[in-house]
Amino acid sequence: MKRLRRLEEHVFRFLMWLSLLIVLGSLVLIVGTMLWRGLPSLSLAMLTQVPKGGYYLGEEGGILNAIVGSLCLAGGATALALLFSLPVAIYLHGYAGRSRTAHLIRLAMDVLWGVPSIVYGAFGFIIMFWLGLRASLLGGIIALACLELPIMVRGMDEALGTVPSALREASYALGATRFETTLKVLLRQAVAGLLTAVLLAFGRGIGDAASVLFTAGYTDRLPDSLFRPVASLPLAVFFQLATPFPAVQQRAYAAGLVLTVIVLAISVMARWLSRRLTRHVVR
Amino acid sequence: MDERPHIEIQNLSVWYGDQRALKDISVVFPARGITAVIGPSGCGKTTLLRSINRLLETSGDVRISGRILLDGADIYAPGVDVTEIRTRVGLLASKPFPLPMSIYDNVLYGPRIHGLCRRDNADDIVERYLRAADLWEEVRERLQTPAHALSTGQQQRLCLARALAVEPEVLLCDEPTAALDPISAQRIEDLLRGLKRHMTIVLVTHILRQARRLADYVVFLWLGELVEAGPAEQVFNNPLSERTRAYLMGDIG
Repeated sequence: MKRLRRLEEHVFRFLMWLSLLIVLGSLVLIVGTMLWRGLPSLSLAMLTQVPKGGYYLGEEGGILNAIVGSLCLAGGATALALLFSLPVAIYLHGYAGRSRTAHLIRLAMDVLWGVPSIVYGAFGFIIMFWLGLRASLLGGIIALACLELPIMVRGMDEALGTVPSALREASYALGATRFETTLKVLLRQAVAGLLTAVLLAFGRGIGDAASVLFTAGYTDRLPDSLFRPVASLPLAVFFQLATPFPAVQQRAYAAGLVLTVIVLAISVMARWLSRRLTRHVVR
Repeated sequence: MDERPHIEIQNLSVWYGDQRALKDISVVFPARGITAVIGPSGCGKTTLLRSINRLLETSGDVRISGRILLDGADIYAPGVDVTEIRTRVGLLASKPFPLPMSIYDNVLYGPRIHGLCRRDNADDIVERYLRAADLWEEVRERLQTPAHALSTGQQQRLCLARALAVEPEVLLCDEPTAALDPISAQRIEDLLRGLKRHMTIVLVTHILRQARRLADYVVFLWLGELVEAGPAEQVFNNPLSERTRAYLMGDIG
């Protein structure tokens, strides 16, 4: 009996280690592959030029159009989603409490989170059709915002949920209204978590190909108008991988590398910012 | 101690869901002085306290019946401004929770909300109330540092300063020394002793020795019911109820 229990302990420890190894291993493998295949074709021209004629056949040019396009798409979508998700998250915590409404909203957000992004793309496409829009930056922003919204709301929901209720009561006890308490105490206390939620949504948005496929389209030019098609990095990866030329396929990995670096850079920036903002947070 | 009732509770009952936490409480809190609410854990002390600044209703499924008169006016009457009640009735919680801002901004939080703070008097307000809470000398050089960097004892005095800064007429104290070391606790007790001269203090405590040291008036609750209320002298030395006597002797609770 005693030996069996000790064996149990060892087996479980082994299984945990194995899982850890697989998770870390795949991370290393992904980043490694991208570096190995992408780095050789990553050049200054790739980052600073738009595709020239014959780029997809292996000629001169770069993916600046996709880099700028993706930043515009994801940036715009994140801003738009933030505009709607912050009030929803605040409503959930400051006003709805544990009511049925709050429960329903959370359920709806979880369902929306699970919706595949191609569905958002198709949905965005229909909306655009009704509005008389063509594939454009605006269309892409709307579709991506729909994709990001549930992620952001749920993330903010979690962040606000960690604020101790005694802290809120401390503010109420001084005669503060709900609005004052939310603005001056709740948001300050939860700012790091809120930022993380925004970042998570941005990361999801900038990396998504399916929802921008129909809604934003693709172009070799830099974005110049909300109503014109715009390129994006995930689609740049997709189109380049789809060519039969090894040199162009290599560039797809380089584009993927750029995408990863952008997400990483923004993540580091957000961490730095949240450290500065959370100087006063009560722990 | 002034005999004019400052707070008058009439037939107060409180339910959490189906569970009745307070049963038909009627009691009077005289103006000025310290009224200690004593009783074992879970007897409804804190519930009674939180009903006086209407903080009770923020915690979800709560039903309240009865009346609480503050200077003769029912605070549960329709149309009463809750924030005004909470401004007149301050709270010192059992665990200090500084707001996520600097020491300076913590003190000014209330005055700013109520429009009592102008650019030219802000520094004076901060100094006055930090002095009132006996914290000024310790923090005068670092007013802009985060409040959570203070020790627990200092945080509790900051919370007191913050509460005093909105000039409440009543101060509710919910086991204000529960999280503190004996020396910090002593300082809070000394402060309360000084404050009672010009404000009504309701002190919830399960430390009988603390109640004996501080109370002018005592309310004894047992399982949500009021057993006895009266001047401290009388309740401690000559209780009317057998149950009070048993509790004070340490036989029950």
